[in-house]
Amino acid sequence: MNVDLTIAIIITMVGASTPLLFAALGELVVEKSGVLNLGVEGMMLTGAVVGFAVTYTSGNPWLGIGAAAIAGASVSMIFAFLTLSLSANQVATGLALTIFGAGFSALFGKPFTGKPIDIFGSVFPPALSEHPYLRVFFDYSPLVYFSLFMVFAIWWFLQKTRAGLILRAVGENDHSAHSIGYSVLGVRYGAIAFGGAMAGIGGSCFPLILTPQWVEGLTGGRGWIALALVVFAAWRPGRLLAGAYLFGLIATMELYAKAAGGAFRIIPSELWASLPYLATIIVLVLISLRHKISSSAPACLGKPFIPN
Amino acid sequence: MNSKQTSKQTLRLKLEGLTKRFPGVLANDNVSFAIQSGEIHALLGENGAGKSTLVKMIYGVMQPDEGKIFWDGEQINISNPKQARALGIGMVFQHFSLFEAMSVLENIALGMDNKISKKQLEKQVHQVMQTYGLSLEPNRIVSTLGVGERQRIEIVRALLLNPKLLIMDEPTSVLTPQEVEQLFEVLRKLAKQGCSILYISHKLDEIKQLCDNATILRGGKVVGECDPKKETSKSMAEMMIGASLHAIKKNKSKQLGDVGLAVHEMSVKGQGDFGVSLKNISFEVRHGEIFGIAGVAGNGQNELQAVLGGEVVLDDENIIKINKIPVGSMRANERRKQGLCAVPEERHGHAAIGEFSLRDNAVLTARNRQNMVRAGMINANKAKAFTTAVIDEFNVKATGSGAIAGSLSGGNLQKFIMGREMLQVPDVLVVSQPTWGVDAGAAAAIHQALIDLAAGGCAILIISQDLDELLALCDTLAVINEGRLSEPKKTEQMSIEEIGLLMGGVHGANQAPAELQNEAAG
Repeated sequence: MNVDLTIAIIITMVGASTPLLFAALGELVVEKSGVLNLGVEGMMLTGAVVGFAVTYTSGNPWLGIGAAAIAGASVSMIFAFLTLSLSANQVATGLALTIFGAGFSALFGKPFTGKPIDIFGSVFPPALSEHPYLRVFFDYSPLVYFSLFMVFAIWWFLQKTRAGLILRAVGENDHSAHSIGYSVLGVRYGAIAFGGAMAGIGGSCFPLILTPQWVEGLTGGRGWIALALVVFAAWRPGRLLAGAYLFGLIATMELYAKAAGGAFRIIPSELWASLPYLATIIVLVLISLRHKISSSAPACLGKPFIPN
Repeated sequence: MNSKQTSKQTLRLKLEGLTKRFPGVLANDNVSFAIQSGEIHALLGENGAGKSTLVKMIYGVMQPDEGKIFWDGEQINISNPKQARALGIGMVFQHFSLFEAMSVLENIALGMDNKISKKQLEKQVHQVMQTYGLSLEPNRIVSTLGVGERQRIEIVRALLLNPKLLIMDEPTSVLTPQEVEQLFEVLRKLAKQGCSILYISHKLDEIKQLCDNATILRGGKVVGECDPKKETSKSMAEMMIGASLHAIKKNKSKQLGDVGLAVHEMSVKGQGDFGVSLKNISFEVRHGEIFGIAGVAGNGQNELQAVLGGEVVLDDENIIKINKIPVGSMRANERRKQGLCAVPEERHGHAAIGEFSLRDNAVLTARNRQNMVRAGMINANKAKAFTTAVIDEFNVKATGSGAIAGSLSGGNLQKFIMGREMLQVPDVLVVSQPTWGVDAGAAAAIHQALIDLAAGGCAILIISQDLDELLALCDTLAVINEGRLSEPKKTEQMSIEEIGLLMGGVHGANQAPAELQNEAAG
């Protein structure tokens, strides 16, 4: 395989994986605290539309990213209030959040349809970002480096810090954590807000670094793949990174299958397009066959906490 | 003035008129008592007497509605467990507050309030373990540990804070007799150093052995204080229950019939990560016999109950026989038709459905033996009559056959479940923890009913962690440990020491050497 094509595929793959990585990292923290938030897709769409609108209006992508994070965290608080303070069913509430996010983003995004913004690309000098070989390291949006940093930061937080230990404890046994004196609901509110912010940033990657415009439903079900990824990664940030890039690679193949001829042509591009989703289903089936992985799930995942 | 000050100094904790209300229940009603430094004080009472609520208020998990708490002579409010720990109050919970998937050290770190490095913590843990002769491996994952070890984690966690008052909530309910002795050694050592201990239990012999003073709770009120060393177990039990105890009537000279339940070389692989495998289990229960299986929780009792009740089906039908008919490959319903009734340990969602009425719950297990269903239709009158009979005969406190199972208290629901199975007059009855969480009066009634049922020719298997219960009821005893069943023996021929060793996993205790027993006790 030729070097140029390989580099091009890598760069596309990393870009395509980044929104997935953000959303899945956020959900990983949420699930570690014992909450199952199925509203990732809704939070991503909200982040996407707000991120786009703010970037378009202000011309500053950094403001857009910040606004997307705040928007994601804000809608996640609806979910948090319903499931934590009112002990509503997490699955039903999460689904409702996804539907809400889809509707809200479509409505709010209507006036922005078809308006262009600049892509939020590499900030390195062209000597690096356009270098035929070195660009494999430098031709990325700052968001990409930030997502990689977050993989490490979340691993470090969960494994090395006391706050991370408490968060895991709350997800492992909420009643014990409560009787020792930790605020179960407080920790979970925090985790859900963080998960919302990460999903919001993940959503904003679509208009900012992938397709520089607003299209209704542009996340294309990535929120659901993020949920599957967390399970696939067995709640470990390192594996999550590998999983996200694997899914990104499959998605990238679709683009190159369309463009390139030869071997790629044998499989119709519609099948390529469906591969990430097929892979998700296959992964989930494989995982449920292997009890070992599913038992690494936080023990309180999805159960409402009602102090006695 | 002077004497007042000294008494102030020695009174570690004083409660004055503590009251706590829950919707519909007065959990604690004007409770007052005091503990001196270095005193081991027993809090005695039946299930539901309000012991747990009281200690939760002392530990700051709940706040009292009325009343005052004095600590070293000063009135304080304990608003959360963190504050309690800062004062020097440590607590070992009845249902351990541990995190299964984490290591011993992480669990201990979670109980500490100040941030210390892992190295420092390991050093401190090591020190405490040495001082009190407790052994633990810091890096083991909790889910791989036995109950005794789990309790040690909680104790180490509490001791690391140099407590002035240690609260122990039913600490021995899951320990072998030898582990209990070790625990008492630690507690006596602590008390000698001036730490007060509030010891909650309903096991009277232990309280006589260990405690200096006892406060007895009944229905949320203090009904008496006593020196347990001067009382008899019977007199304390009567204070606790508020009535005199009836001894169980047992017919010594009964004749046993044919084999009702036979299990032959049964091995079943455990399911999931925490499941216990059953290894080569063989035993027989004859009609009229009560066969007891003792053991510490989590040694295969639930798995055995599931296999016998038909929730787990075996490939070889000959491994389990009811009245000589192979049933190993039959499902629960078919086994019921062969004369088996079964009561699993977990009441809610396993033995009964909380959201269903008592009548519907009765239909679920009794429909065939009581002919409640005809051509797929439930005969409502028959179901109602049967349910009413259970409620009447077993004195279940419920509003009627339409009462929702989940609305009954744990003890009442247990009486209903036991009654539902026993009134079906089974040929073979398999029960787990027949009197778990049931008050002493009701437990005695269930015990009597079991004995009467056996006298009528039923073969009964009781799986229980309550050794007193098994010793009182059973003709034959065996002990389960890590999925292996010890050789069944006549109850009269087994000593508590022998049972304790078997529970702790010392096998081949037929000739249990004397040194071994000494070692375990010392």
